[in-house]
Amino acid sequence: MTEQATGSHHPQPRTRNAVPAATAERMTGAQALIRSLEAVGADTVFGIPGGAILPAYDPLMDSSKVRHVLVRHEQGAGHAATGYAQATGRVGVCMATSGPGATNLVTPIADAHMDSVPIVAITGQVASKSIGTDAFQEADICGITMPITKHNFLVRDAADIPRTIAEAFHIAATGRPGPVLVDIAKDALQNQMTFSWPPQTDLPGYRPVTKPHAKQIREAARLINEARRPVLYVGGGVVKARATAELRILAELTGAPVTTTLMALGAFPDSHPQHVGMPGMHGDVSAVTALQKSDLIIALGARFDDRVTGRLDTFAPNAKVVHADIDPAEISKNRIADVPIVGDAREVLADLIVAVQADHEAGHKGDYSEWWNHLNFWRNTYPLGYDVPKDGSLSPQQVIERIGQLAPEGTLFAAGVGQHQMWAAQFIKYEQPGTWFNSGGAGTMGYAVPAAMGAKAGMPDATVWAIDGDGCFQMTNQELVTCALNNIPIKVAIINNGALGMVRQWQNLFYGERFSNTVLHSGAEHRPGSTQGVGSIQNRGTRVPDFVKLSEAMGCVGLRCETPEELDKVIAEANAINDRPVVVDFIVHEDAMVWPMVAAGTSNDEIMAARDVRPDFSDDLDD
Amino acid sequence: MSKHTLSVLVENKPGVLARITALFSRRGFNIDSLAVGTTEHPEISRITIVVNVIDELPLEQVTKQLNKLVNVLKIVELDPSAAVARELVLVKVRADNESRSQIVEIVQLFRAKTVDVSPEAVTIEATGAADKLEAMLKMLEPFGIKELVQSGTIAIGRGARSITDRSLRALDRSA
Repeated sequence: MTEQATGSHHPQPRTRNAVPAATAERMTGAQALIRSLEAVGADTVFGIPGGAILPAYDPLMDSSKVRHVLVRHEQGAGHAATGYAQATGRVGVCMATSGPGATNLVTPIADAHMDSVPIVAITGQVASKSIGTDAFQEADICGITMPITKHNFLVRDAADIPRTIAEAFHIAATGRPGPVLVDIAKDALQNQMTFSWPPQTDLPGYRPVTKPHAKQIREAARLINEARRPVLYVGGGVVKARATAELRILAELTGAPVTTTLMALGAFPDSHPQHVGMPGMHGDVSAVTALQKSDLIIALGARFDDRVTGRLDTFAPNAKVVHADIDPAEISKNRIADVPIVGDAREVLADLIVAVQADHEAGHKGDYSEWWNHLNFWRNTYPLGYDVPKDGSLSPQQVIERIGQLAPEGTLFAAGVGQHQMWAAQFIKYEQPGTWFNSGGAGTMGYAVPAAMGAKAGMPDATVWAIDGDGCFQMTNQELVTCALNNIPIKVAIINNGALGMVRQWQNLFYGERFSNTVLHSGAEHRPGSTQGVGSIQNRGTRVPDFVKLSEAMGCVGLRCETPEELDKVIAEANAINDRPVVVDFIVHEDAMVWPMVAAGTSNDEIMAARDVRPDFSDDLDD
Repeated sequence: MSKHTLSVLVENKPGVLARITALFSRRGFNIDSLAVGTTEHPEISRITIVVNVIDELPLEQVTKQLNKLVNVLKIVELDPSAAVARELVLVKVRADNESRSQIVEIVQLFRAKTVDVSPEAVTIEATGAADKLEAMLKMLEPFGIKELVQSGTIAIGRGARSITDRSLRALDRSA
């Protein structure tokens, strides 16, 4: 028999052993919901009211502890909750009514699920006796979100509300974090119940293992000290576990190179000499090659995503794998682990430090000097770079690089999805964890503006820059209205190349430069040769929409930058405005491409440093 | 291709079965047979799932994913040599005065039961392992099977140990 449910350590909800409140009060389910949100420490809720959730909005109006931010679309509420959670490390909360309100949350919930972000979505549901009758604005949101939530609840009884909220926050925040949806029937919100806090939670099947197995830790330490070409492959789990201080200690103790994935940028300082870059489809040559040529991969809170491994059967063919993750299902899912370690990244790292140190004291320390010769060669020979357009137009990489360089200390960056996202990952230097967030797993266009809004709401003193594309921006820009009206002064850089840039790049490389439906600004009005418009100078035509006017209409400051000469001045101007949201329309060349690149479905060995440039891989390391 | 029998202990709550079957289908597994019922503890249901898999690794993946479901208490894979597995069939066979006695003889051979008799048909109840029931149905087929209903496999480990013990303790702790 194979027993699957094991766990040496069973953290329980904090509320379980607490003494129940002395006084129990009679109130409605809706009042209990707001009281419960206050009790779990939710200080900000992003949402929109509607029929089924209406009872909850009445007591919400009176709460002095819970701030409600009225968004313009439920998708914005969901991504804002995600941005809030990623910036603060606390659970983000969004709220919507039944039916279309709830289904509009589906994309951000799926997004948070892919990136393991702790959010709680609260949705109204039609009255319990109407459930299943195709009632007005009825949707089976629990059924719809079943595959994209960590867990979800349907509450039909007012008395269950406090317990369910406590459980939802506990599940969202512990173990591998993730989204939890609580769907509450309208009558459960309206009915009277007896409120007491803390409630008795009841989650017998939820026991995340956080404490790693000592034997596996010793084995991992042994492999680290025996390896000749190890790499620390650091994923988002290290940021979520707040394990970056421990990571740095282990890295410096071992002297091994560190790669941080798209979800882990900032987990290890970009400026650190042991940082060899970001791995993946658009990663640094040095990071991709380090993994590919390694003899030991120490994966920490990373999941061997296809964008990192490239073609799986040719990924790091000579590497043994130590895989530490809080989620046992990630271990050996894509790549078989030689040493599986189930545990919280912080506890794993703390234990690994002790074990590695003990080995060092016993005289076993890995010698990676030959490895560093190779790593330094790749790093120095194939650094990230870009060409400046010859026609005098703006280079998107330069725009993003300068935004990063001119940003005040502690600035948070949120990116949309596409070329601008990759350039923001490549050309902004991240030194601190939690200063970069993006839609990594789901690749949700439109993420940046609402996520930046959520981050700024959670961290009002930080400068928050959304690095967005003109395609992404047109999906969710209406939340700038929310920002303007609620004193959430974010900054948005639209990297405006007039095209769906990443798709255009693929058309450029793989579809014979046939640009089917990726030009965003063309139309009946398109006049080639016009000096007005978007893109490279010879291709400029219309300027629809005019992002400056659009931003001004939404209560923001709208700026435009079209030449390299005005770049620093415009960025400084944007940085100086802190009382309103600022949008800068950076008109950039449309043919810039993201390099390096591992084409989809090919091996990491096929990485191209730039168009038609395949790096020298020192193939003698393959023995 | 191999068959695996999983015993899944779950909280007896609405929607749990849907969570489990949906997980199998979205991870690309076909459920061969499924049976659900309560256990000696009314708060716990037991789901017996027989699943066909290509090799061992994906089954490990699906059991790990199942374990992540909050309502799942425990998963045990039952080794066929150390477990008893049974199915139930109810089968309505065409029968006339000439064939009825032959059918009854088959029923007795397989230690099945005749539960309903009418002038044109007999209805037979049989339990057993899948291969035994298959053999019986093969014998009955020439007479004409009018209607057939089969349950999913249920299975239990041999010996004194009980897979519910520890899960029950987990429930007690939380109560």
